[in-house]
Amino acid sequence: MSVFVVVEQSNSGVHRMSWEALAGGQALGRDLSLPVSVVLMGENVSALAESFQSKDVKEILKVETPLLSNYSADGFSSALAQVIETESPKYVIMGHTYMVRDFLPRVSAKLGLPFLADNIAYGVEDGSLVLSKQLFSGKLVADVSPNGDGPCIISFQSAAFQEEDVTDGSGASVRDISISLDENTIRSRPEEPFQEAAGAVDLSSAEVIVSVGRGIGKEENLPMVKDLVQAMGAELASSRPVVDAGWLESYHQVGSSGQTVAPKLYFALGISGAIQHVVGMKGSKNIIAINKDPEAPLFELADYGVVGDLLEIVPKLTETLQG
Amino acid sequence: MKICVLVKQVPGSDSPLKISDDQSWINEENVNFITNESDNYAVEEALQLKEKLGEGEVVAVSLGPERTQRTIREALSKGADRGIHIEESYPYASDPLQIARTFASVLEGEQFDLILSGLQSDDFGFGQVGVILGEMLGMSTSTLVMETELADGKMKVKRELEAGWFQWVNLDLPASISIQSGINTPRYPSLKGIMGAKKKELNKVSVDSNNEPRQSISKVYIPKKTKRTEMIVGTVDYQVERLVEVFKKDLRIL
Repeated sequence: MSVFVVVEQSNSGVHRMSWEALAGGQALGRDLSLPVSVVLMGENVSALAESFQSKDVKEILKVETPLLSNYSADGFSSALAQVIETESPKYVIMGHTYMVRDFLPRVSAKLGLPFLADNIAYGVEDGSLVLSKQLFSGKLVADVSPNGDGPCIISFQSAAFQEEDVTDGSGASVRDISISLDENTIRSRPEEPFQEAAGAVDLSSAEVIVSVGRGIGKEENLPMVKDLVQAMGAELASSRPVVDAGWLESYHQVGSSGQTVAPKLYFALGISGAIQHVVGMKGSKNIIAINKDPEAPLFELADYGVVGDLLEIVPKLTETLQG
Repeated sequence: MKICVLVKQVPGSDSPLKISDDQSWINEENVNFITNESDNYAVEEALQLKEKLGEGEVVAVSLGPERTQRTIREALSKGADRGIHIEESYPYASDPLQIARTFASVLEGEQFDLILSGLQSDDFGFGQVGVILGEMLGMSTSTLVMETELADGKMKVKRELEAGWFQWVNLDLPASISIQSGINTPRYPSLKGIMGAKKKELNKVSVDSNNEPRQSISKVYIPKKTKRTEMIVGTVDYQVERLVEVFKKDLRIL
């Protein structure tokens, strides 16, 4: 019985959310008195393994084969399913990244195991694990439990745990797990990743960001927001619907599919606060939200909230600032 | 080419979300049910693929109670050829594995070349059913797709990665792919389409569910507030005045 934290690689080594997942796995291990091990999958994961030598983990499990050199849903799901079958961990934990969304449901289906996805927290009630997941874009939360015994697959949302909380240790042993993968079973072949319309705006270093969402209503209302951006000496950002509508270029977009920002002030205009947006801006030092809907989830996160019509407030605000 | 598109009916984002007395789900009275947002993009992509190929069939499939047929009819009125309504009553299945098993049992005989789904539902938001169904039906899968190309029996999809990155992925058919919102501009049904949809085939099937959930929702609640928020209440003039004060005095940003 143990907790497995499965590590995702990014260009720079370990994906940020894998560190968060490890912090979560370690906390869970302490609460349920279970040892924690990490699972590394790839063509050669020796360098990656070193990143975990100084961490408080029991084992570093290496799953190496050339067929895992490039990510594929078939290859990664088959590999992880074999690891779970041979090792029988109690919990398998990952960060809820785009890659996890792509392959972890297949593992769940291959093994008939529950995959409790995108959780924001966990709790232990009478010795059993309860996970909390957002519903309706964060307006509600549900407590969810796995049914039956056997391994349970869990993913945590970005920032559910903090990378700084990963605890150090020593003496982790390294072990190879052999799996068998047939090249013919891998039915997807990825090409090189690329960036589109690379950032004309570097939002990550902006002090003040004015961000506009669906509440702007129509493209013709955008100039008033741009005027405010200028009056405040800010950078302009947006939520996804504004980019989808073609009103702003995608490099303005903040959120899981856009940029992650942490300005001194994030001024959100007509943004309801769907999870996909919030993960990109919740690290902001101060958040001010204007929204017509008093129930908008972003008010939960805001330091200052204004319930009102941004089309009325924004021009007056600009005028006052230009005074 | 035989294309399946999974659609779901969900509460519209403007609907009141009142939690039911037993805290198991929401109270559905006064809820305005609509087609799940990303499913609209999946329907449009299915129709465009068929139009580009100049042949094929688009089948809209949904799981839900009686009202769900409205969502299927909407897809039919836009151009889908037929619909399958898998009947379900409250309490609704809330385990993606269980839901996908239900879809698989109905769809396995159809031999679809392609299954499209929205990337996730606006209610549960699992984002798993399309992928699990692909696995169960022996298909290749991809997710968060922002563009599709189809040539010589091969599929090529542009998959969204994190932080503004993308990647083309070549997929063998049959494939099940989930569609990201923004991939296209969903059409509105025409009057002719709406009239025509009434005559299209919509099969209702019920599934005898010998299919236990592997996860269950024990309680639904409003998130606990962790932050103290100053709500700026008053006339627009007052709100503007206070905002300027916050900028200058509290945050010192101007």
